[in-house]
Amino acid sequence: MLRLEKLVKTYKTGDQALKAVELTVPEGQVLALIGPSGAGKSTLIRCINRLVEPTSGKVYLGDVELTGLSSGALRRERRRMGMIFQEYALVERLSVMENVLSGRLGYVGFWRSFLRRFPQSDVDEAFRLLDRVGLAHMADKRADELSGGQRQRVGICRALIQNPALLLVDEPTASLDPKTSRQIMRLICELCKERGLAAIINIHDVALAQMFVQRVIGLRFGAVEFDGPPEGLTPDVLTTIYGEEDWEATIEAVDDDEDDIEVAV
Amino acid sequence: MTEASIRIGQPWRKPHFIKRPWLRWTLLLGFAAYLVAAYMTVEVNWSRVYEGLERGKKFVLAFTNPDFTTRSSDIYEGMVESIIMTIASSVVGIAISIPIALGAARNIAPLPVYLICRSIIAISRALQEIIVAILLVAIFGFGPLAGFLTLSFATIGFLSKLLAEDIESMDKVQAEAIKASGAKWTQWINYGVQPQVMPRLIGLSIYRLDINFRESAILGLVGAGGIGATLNTAFDRYEYDTAAAILLIIIVIVMALEYLSGVIRARVQ
Amino acid sequence: MPVQDLKGQKIWQRRTGRESISHWIMWLIGVAIFAFCWQRISETTTWFFVWDAPRIANDIWTRATPPRWEYITQLGQPIWDTLNIATLGTIFSLILAVPVAFLAASNTTPSRYLIRPIALLIIVSTRSINSLIWALLLIAIIGPGVFAGVIAIAIRSIGFCAKLLYEAIEEIDQTQVEAITATGASRWQVMAYGIVPQILPAFAGIAVFRWDINIRESTVLGLVGAGGIGLQLSSSLNVLAWPQVSLILLVILAAVVISEWVSAKVRGAII
Repeated sequence: MLRLEKLVKTYKTGDQALKAVELTVPEGQVLALIGPSGAGKSTLIRCINRLVEPTSGKVYLGDVELTGLSSGALRRERRRMGMIFQEYALVERLSVMENVLSGRLGYVGFWRSFLRRFPQSDVDEAFRLLDRVGLAHMADKRADELSGGQRQRVGICRALIQNPALLLVDEPTASLDPKTSRQIMRLICELCKERGLAAIINIHDVALAQMFVQRVIGLRFGAVEFDGPPEGLTPDVLTTIYGEEDWEATIEAVDDDEDDIEVAV
Repeated sequence: MTEASIRIGQPWRKPHFIKRPWLRWTLLLGFAAYLVAAYMTVEVNWSRVYEGLERGKKFVLAFTNPDFTTRSSDIYEGMVESIIMTIASSVVGIAISIPIALGAARNIAPLPVYLICRSIIAISRALQEIIVAILLVAIFGFGPLAGFLTLSFATIGFLSKLLAEDIESMDKVQAEAIKASGAKWTQWINYGVQPQVMPRLIGLSIYRLDINFRESAILGLVGAGGIGATLNTAFDRYEYDTAAAILLIIIVIVMALEYLSGVIRARVQ
Repeated sequence: MPVQDLKGQKIWQRRTGRESISHWIMWLIGVAIFAFCWQRISETTTWFFVWDAPRIANDIWTRATPPRWEYITQLGQPIWDTLNIATLGTIFSLILAVPVAFLAASNTTPSRYLIRPIALLIIVSTRSINSLIWALLLIAIIGPGVFAGVIAIAIRSIGFCAKLLYEAIEEIDQTQVEAITATGASRWQVMAYGIVPQILPAFAGIAVFRWDINIRESTVLGLVGAGGIGLQLSSSLNVLAWPQVSLILLVILAAVVISEWVSAKVRGAII
């Protein structure tokens, strides 16, 4: 469903963030992208929806080749790719509802969105999604009144209301405490399963990644070093990705996982 | 669960910034009524405006061909006088501002001193330069002395207020530490307060120098010296090319001062 | 190094020898410049008038008090004009300043090398020329009256408002903009949802702040013939009607105090 061919990104400073990355993501697969800081994880995700313009290579979403699109056609394709951000990236001075509805911006015209006259079906869907993540009662609160975990759930709603085929998730848990991190990861994976979405999740917490995904990609210096199931992450593999360290503790942490998710109460 | 089931199917409107409807409508209608009333009472002589467009065009064109030479001696005299007034008034104004700022900071000064200094600041800020200049010209006669006094007076209000605010928001612990060492009041100011507010004082002083120069350009309109008189004459005689030359000089000097203040502020911080 | 070794004793000084010499030279130059400036001023001053100043001041004071209170009935229209000049001028300037600010902010400008310098030039040139000079110019062009005052205030405020606004635009959180872009929003939608909500508080603050300043400036625009209460001040000064002058000054003082109070209140409500 998503195919990257020889994707290269070289920044103006000369740093080569991505070196000919090849990757294929089938429909409905959730995969985690791990790697040390500066390995090009964020760049990879942003090259897919062209928030960062790739230097060369091709990105196919379904049958559409994204890298050659005009800006209008690119906007239409961006609607099919929901994005979730590390620092939530909610527009803080807008209400929760407006933030969620902003996911529909690609579908409604400028004046409709400017006057906040979204179609009733969008509003209903927004309430359904907010209810699904347990925030329906917060709809008219301003986004900056929410806690980190709540904000991230609003961010998830904003991505899902686009009705995407693919989720691009950039470090969803980096600003959250361990418990909320798990809840958010579980929520994302559950929602992907419910809706049959594919997802690429950037994450630096290896244990958390192993807990939830079916496939792990290890990135190092802009090149794919590992591609396989989470069980395949042996200490040797982690050493090639991250460098020398004692990896046993990290891998063992995978099994136990009891705390229940409080969303959708 | 209930929240969503109630609201699904209901239209959603953005919550209003002002929650009380009557207040919202009163403000909106009041503002609209004001605009209409203002529009009705502002008399515009459109035919005069239309005639003026030609002259406006001439003026804009004059900027492409400014005349520095015809009245070069007038421009030179006026500019030098403006600059002299600016420098002298900035120096005197800043020198007077510092003690007043100390007096107007509540964490340093006792209440009576505080009140006196604050009222000096309030008076200086409420009276505009040009009005002060008119009065001082009436009292001291025409010439740069009136302009110099005006700008010094205005500098006091501006600088003392901002400096006093900075002193009030300084780090108390540092000042306390100096006091704890048994320092005298003057030593305490010198070691505990001055280092903390010095960068801001320098930044503000240069900023005020910039403002004083800009203001000195208008004081001439009421006879208080500087380039303003030359500029006024140029406008009266419709000598747009000379006026354009003067304005260009002012703009260039202001830009240079702004650049300089950027450099100096970056260095002291 | 400010610490010197002298016969085995460490002597601490605040500055090294060279530093302290250059320090003193700087002060000397400063004092010399000031002395020169002062000398030039005093050369052009008729000192006889200055020594006579206390008597003249006293004379003006006795003539100006008490203010001619009944004159206030004739000030209604000028006060209204002054308010209009400030308010309409502020509104026009904001309408013009917003696009200039967006063109000048390095993260929203369409062209960094062509359009941005032009926008910055507009900002610096409108800012560095006082509204009285703009009024003089506009009176020469479109004739005296309130309209010239409105335009003068509007032009003068563009630079001020646009400068503060573009600094606010440059400080916005870029990830919020990125998030809106990622939803497939168009350029204008990104503006309306990603950028505008972030700068709205700054915009409101700037508008009210500038309105306050404009009330002050519009009270004196009449001195050069651009309408408002300054016109009355100027004509009263011309006939040396000091009791009227003192009343007008009191009215201006009140206007300044009230506008400052209003602007402080409104800014408090926004932030």
